[in-house]
Amino acid sequence: MTTLKSHTEERPKWNNKAEYLLTCIGFAVGLGNVWRFPYLCQIYGGGAFLIPYLIALVFQGLPLLYLELAIGQRLRMGSIGVWNSISPYLGGVGVASMVVSFCVSLFYNTIVAWVLWYLFNSFQEPLPWSQCPLNHNNTGYVEECVESTPVNYFWYRQTLNITPNMETSGSLQWWMVVSLATAWSIVYICFIRGIETIGKAVYVTATFPYLVLTIFLVRALTLPGSSEGLIYLFTPDWEILKNPQVWLDAATQIFFSLSVAFGGLISFSSYNSQKNNCERDAVLVGVINSATSIYASIPIFAILGFKAHTNYVTCLNGNILALTNEFDISDMNITVENYEQWFDSLNGTHPSRVSNLNLKTCDLQTFLDQSASGTGLAFIVFTEAVISMPGSQVWAVLFFIMLFSLGLSSMFGNLEGVLTPLHDLKLVPKWMPNELFTALICLVSFLVALIFTMGSGNYWLEIFNSYVGSVPLLIIAFFEIIAVAYIYGIGRFSDDLEFMTGHRPNIFWKVCWLVISPLMLIVVLVAYVAVQAQTHPTYPAWNPDYVNFPDTEVLPYPDWVFAICVLLSSVPVISIPLVAIYRLICCMSGRHSEDRLHNDPNPYANEGYVVES
Amino acid sequence: MHCCSHIILLFGQAICTVGDNCYRAVTFLKEGMLVWILFLLCQVGAPALAQDLCQRDAPNGYKVRISLKTALGEDAYEWNQSEMFFFQATMAFAMRRHFQMETYNVDNIILCVQTSRVSFWFVVTSPDNTTMLIPKADVEKAVRMSRHRINNAFLLSDRTLEFLGIYPTLAATVNPDTPPWLIVFGVVIGAVCAGIIALLVSSLLQKRRKEKGMTEDGQDEEDMQVKGVENGINLDGTYNRGFTDDDRFTKL
Repeated sequence: MTTLKSHTEERPKWNNKAEYLLTCIGFAVGLGNVWRFPYLCQIYGGGAFLIPYLIALVFQGLPLLYLELAIGQRLRMGSIGVWNSISPYLGGVGVASMVVSFCVSLFYNTIVAWVLWYLFNSFQEPLPWSQCPLNHNNTGYVEECVESTPVNYFWYRQTLNITPNMETSGSLQWWMVVSLATAWSIVYICFIRGIETIGKAVYVTATFPYLVLTIFLVRALTLPGSSEGLIYLFTPDWEILKNPQVWLDAATQIFFSLSVAFGGLISFSSYNSQKNNCERDAVLVGVINSATSIYASIPIFAILGFKAHTNYVTCLNGNILALTNEFDISDMNITVENYEQWFDSLNGTHPSRVSNLNLKTCDLQTFLDQSASGTGLAFIVFTEAVISMPGSQVWAVLFFIMLFSLGLSSMFGNLEGVLTPLHDLKLVPKWMPNELFTALICLVSFLVALIFTMGSGNYWLEIFNSYVGSVPLLIIAFFEIIAVAYIYGIGRFSDDLEFMTGHRPNIFWKVCWLVISPLMLIVVLVAYVAVQAQTHPTYPAWNPDYVNFPDTEVLPYPDWVFAICVLLSSVPVISIPLVAIYRLICCMSGRHSEDRLHNDPNPYANEGYVVES
Repeated sequence: MHCCSHIILLFGQAICTVGDNCYRAVTFLKEGMLVWILFLLCQVGAPALAQDLCQRDAPNGYKVRISLKTALGEDAYEWNQSEMFFFQATMAFAMRRHFQMETYNVDNIILCVQTSRVSFWFVVTSPDNTTMLIPKADVEKAVRMSRHRINNAFLLSDRTLEFLGIYPTLAATVNPDTPPWLIVFGVVIGAVCAGIIALLVSSLLQKRRKEKGMTEDGQDEEDMQVKGVENGINLDGTYNRGFTDDDRFTKL
């Protein structure tokens, strides 16, 4: 038997268990935990949402997580190698994982670049999104800013410089290119020596967000209005559980939150020694991910409550000022507390004058209902809240460093899902050192991601987010679980698990892998596609010339864009049937070639000892 | 009351010049009554005159609105007649500063329609002719020129001491030559590039050292295989040399 050393160099391994766990946790805990989960919690009846969420975690999330970590650790290869080993016909699953990881890392790092841009701009007094800039001849403020808000203006105009629709591409925004270059450079420096440098970086990137969240929690709880935000968030509305949309969103949220089907987790666990209790790791990572989501929603909603309270008080103060000026009442006689009585008495005595003032109706509930998720939460709602907090620069810097850490640690997994399969496929020429190869991949990704730095970049990013980062992942996960449970065989898998962890998986895991998880995945996939197909694809465009500006104009996707959307959803997964058909043809034409036996480098595969007669 | 004393003095002078000794005793009583009547008229007439000039929505007047409690909170002082006098003095100063020739006085600033808000109207009369009002545009220029001083005199700001109709000039935003974000970016990218170069160089050096050591340590690797250690994992059982593809053993 040939020695392994002459064929492959020693596989890198983790310095210690903590680095491995922190990397997996960092990959799973990402931006979505902070800006997607609290939003879902809010719109789906607060505390009641936790029930479908936790059910989905236990029956869908944890089994998938355990499965990926186990096969990576057992077969000691990246996603392509693993699925090739399990069954050559399913090699396409690995290719699909790699393509999806590549596409996701493109737009995900652009979001990290946006966070960096905001971070760079947080070191100013006053914060640039707190006031409107003056126009050309210094006679007034820029009109677009006055009509919307300074925060919106800074995001749409000074950051994105967004075009009014998708057809207009605009040009490359140099400041965005610069931020993107910084983001990719930082990713590269963490990847230079593979998991050696990643393992060091995650000590900071995986733990820093928790520190910042705690600081924000303490600060937020001392702000006025925070309790209203928290009550609003956590008040359970049990009726909402009857809505199937809630269950669908809970399942999709768990699925996308755990970052399964990217291949990154398989790569990370392949650097482990085989005798490692991956069951405990999987449960730990899954539980910590969900706990982080819940923990993050507390300061987020405390601060949103504070923001709603501030807006409410500002609205009331505007009305109070109008009344005071109109009726020449002594300054500060009308306060927020006695506003109602004053209003009633004045309206009773001089109704016409009061109605001429066009007072706004100020309702705290309306302000609390103004929810946002995604980039809207981070770059518009939260930045507005930060302006009202004393010492806003500090809070802005902390917040954006936290987002940066979250995004960077997730990028590690995304890019690892691209690099490890390429290494395992031996596509890297021998003369090229790893550092150069990594640099090449980062450079190519940076150049392709320049699309997102154009004027219409945000619209394209939303498309990538909705079409690449959703349906293909569900399909890949479904094939993964079918491959392991039925093609590899649950018996063989249990043997492997016994070898690795020391005990066979209990009945809960087996039932989940065989029945519950595939079923849930199929239901979620079908429901998701059905819901997407029902709504005509439209996108919100920021158009200053729109009649109802500052509302966003809802435009339909042009046909050529819609074709691209379909391509983005289907091209990653097309490799699954393609590779299967290719292997079938190869197999049928070269029936007697024994390549399959000799190409399997796994020393524990028993086929090597089959005696050929 | 200034005009009243003027009138009385003039009349008194007129009376004295008419006659010296003859009319004195007789007209003394009449003088006193006349003066008294004139005095009364002055008291009534002067304000009435001023009232015509200063009124709500006066064409050449401005409304002033002061928000003391908003600006100063607990330290707010009480708005009383002394403060009104101070306002007149400040406005007179502003007018003097703008029109450097003419000497405005406190009496040239007429206030009216005072409310508890606190708000009031004021007009400015010319120092030469007290019935003539200074046009609105000139008053505006004077106020704009000394706005900062007027605000500071009352410990207020543009927002809490409002001249309705005179908009405060927008504060010019500070535009530094290098945008601050570029500085932060420069620091970050410099650190990252330095780190990349350092790591690449150290990797290169490590590889060179390894290559030098490889030719000497070829022996050690064989021993490691013999002891059954691969990839740092102890394999169970002993390694059977009979299955090695080694050139060291002679081919049978």
